[in-house]
Amino acid sequence: MSFIKQIIPSKSLIRKSEEGIFKGIMYISVSIIFFLLIAIIYGIISKGLPALSWEMISSVPEGGFYFGKGGGILNAIVGSIYLALGSTAIALVIGLPVALYMNIHLVNRTKFVNSIRFLLDLLWGVPSIVYGVFAFSIMLYIGARVSLLAGMITVALFILPVIIRTIDEAMKSVPRDLLEVSLSLGSTKTETAYRIFVRQCMPAIVTATILAFGRAIGDAAAVILTTGFTDSIPTSLFQPTATLSLSVFFQLSSPVEEVKARAYASAALLTIIVLIISLSARYFSSRYNKSRIK
Amino acid sequence: MPLITSLKGRKINSYIHSTWMLIALVIVLIIPISIGIGLVFKSWSLLSSDSIVTLLFSSSWKPMSGHFGFWPFIASSIIITFFAILIAGFISFFSVIYLTQYAPPLFIRIVQPIIDILAGIPSVVYGVWGIIAIVPWVQDTVAPAFGVYSSGYCTLSAILVLAIMIIPFVLNLLIEIFGTIPIALTEASLSLGATRWQTIKFVILKKAFPGIVSTMVLGVARAFGETIAVLMVAGNVVASPKSLFDPAYPLPALIANNYGEMMSIPKYDAALMFAALLLFVVVLIFNLFARVLIVRLEKKYY
Repeated sequence: MSFIKQIIPSKSLIRKSEEGIFKGIMYISVSIIFFLLIAIIYGIISKGLPALSWEMISSVPEGGFYFGKGGGILNAIVGSIYLALGSTAIALVIGLPVALYMNIHLVNRTKFVNSIRFLLDLLWGVPSIVYGVFAFSIMLYIGARVSLLAGMITVALFILPVIIRTIDEAMKSVPRDLLEVSLSLGSTKTETAYRIFVRQCMPAIVTATILAFGRAIGDAAAVILTTGFTDSIPTSLFQPTATLSLSVFFQLSSPVEEVKARAYASAALLTIIVLIISLSARYFSSRYNKSRIK
Repeated sequence: MPLITSLKGRKINSYIHSTWMLIALVIVLIIPISIGIGLVFKSWSLLSSDSIVTLLFSSSWKPMSGHFGFWPFIASSIIITFFAILIAGFISFFSVIYLTQYAPPLFIRIVQPIIDILAGIPSVVYGVWGIIAIVPWVQDTVAPAFGVYSSGYCTLSAILVLAIMIIPFVLNLLIEIFGTIPIALTEASLSLGATRWQTIKFVILKKAFPGIVSTMVLGVARAFGETIAVLMVAGNVVASPKSLFDPAYPLPALIANNYGEMMSIPKYDAALMFAALLLFVVVLIFNLFARVLIVRLEKKYY
C-alpha cells in the first residue's frame, strides 16, 4: 500500500498539469474563433461602411465606373437577388418533390432511399466551380451564351443537395402512423404529401429555402462561368447578369483606390445581407436541428 | 393546392404529382453521372494524347505549345489544403472538446450562432478580408520576421484564409460527432472514478476517433474545392511553391482565371475540363471515404 500511496500523488499531479495544458489550448482555440468573428465583421464593416452611400445602392454603374467615376452597384444587387430567388425556386420545385417521394412513395425501400441519401451527401461536397465548368461546357455545346437563366440552373443544381437533404432530414422524423392514417382515410399519396408532410415540415422547408438562398447569393465560382457580368439590370432571363460577389471580385482587381473602396462597400453589403439571412434561418430553425451528416 | 373533390380529378392530380416527383428524382440521380461523363468526354482529347502520369506530374505548363503539366497546380492545392486543414483541424478539435465537455450549455448557445454566421459568410467576403487583413499582415510582419520579402499574396495567406474559412464547417461537423456519443459512457466512466480529463482522453476521444477522421477528410474535400477566396490571395503564379512565401496557383483558381481564353488556344478547354474532372474525382473520393466511415460509426453505436 505504501508503494501505491507514493505513486498516486505524483501521477495525479501529472494528470492535473496535463489537463491544465490542454485546457489552456482549448481556451485559446475558442478565443481564436471569437476573435475571428469580431475581426472579420469589424474588418469588413469598418472598411466598407465609409464607402457605402445611397448612390451606390440605388444606381447602376455609369461610364468609367471601374476607373472611379460615379454610379453604383444596383445592377449587382438586383442581379444577385434575381439569381438567388430564381435558383432557389428551381431547386425547391425539384427538391421538395424528391424529398416527398423518398419519404412517402419509397418509404418501404429503405436501402434504395439510403443510397439516394448517400449520393446526395456526396454531391453536397462537390465544389461549385465544378458545376460551373460542367454547365459552361454544356452551354458551349448547345451554343447558349452566358445568361441569368444559365446561372439560375447551375446554382440550382449546386444547392439541390442542401435543399433535399435538409427537408428529407425533417421528413424522416414525421411519424409513420401519420402517413398510414392519412392513406387509410382514403387520401391519395399526393394529398398526403402536400397536406400532411409539407405542413408538418414547414419550418424545415423554410429553413432549407433560406439556407439555400444564402448559399446561392454568396456563390461566386459557378456564376463566374455562367452568368457573365454586365452594367445594366437584366430585363430578360437570357441576358447576362451581374452578381454581388463577382462585382466585389472585379472591383477589387482594379488598381484605382476609389474602386477598391467600393469593392469593400459591396463586400460589407453582401455580408449584411447574408447575416440577415443566417439570423432569420436561425430564427426559423430554432426548433429544428438540421443535421448535415448521417 | 386547390381542393379537388371529384374522385377522378383527385386520381389524375395524384398521378401528375407522383410522376413529377419521380421525374425530379431521376433528374437528381442523373446529375452526378452526367457531370462525371461530361467532364471525361470534354477532357478526352487531352487524356487520349497525353498519358495520365505526364498530365499529373509534369511541371511544364505551356498551353501555347500544347504542354499541359498540372503538377504546379496540384502541388499548390495539396500544400494549401494540407496546412489549412492542419490549422483548422487543430483549432476546431480543441474548441469542440471545450464546447461539448467543459463549457456550460449557455455558452454553446452563444457560440453556435457565431459558428453559423461564420459558416454563412460568402467565400468572396473571406477573400476581401484576406486582402485587407491577412495579406498586409503576412507582407509586413510575418515575412520580415523570417527575413524574406513577400508581396503578401502567397501560399501562407491562402493557407490562413482557407483555414479560417473551413473552421466553422469542421467545427459544426465535430459538434455533431461529439453529440452522437452516448452520455451514458461519460457517466459510467466518471462514476468509476475517472477524472473529467481521463474520461475525455480514454473514452470520448476513442469513441469519436472515426468521426474525427471523417470530419477532417470532409474538411479536406471542402478546402480542396474552395475557389474564389483562395484565388484572391494566393498570387497565382504557375510554379510549384518552394516556400510558404511563394505564390501558389491552386486548381480551382486555374479554372476560374482562364475560362475566358479557353477557346482561343487548342486543347486548352480540354485542359480546364481535366482540372475540373480532377477536382470532382478527388472531392468525391474524399467524401466517399468520410461518409463510409460515418456510416460505420453509426452502425457501431446504435
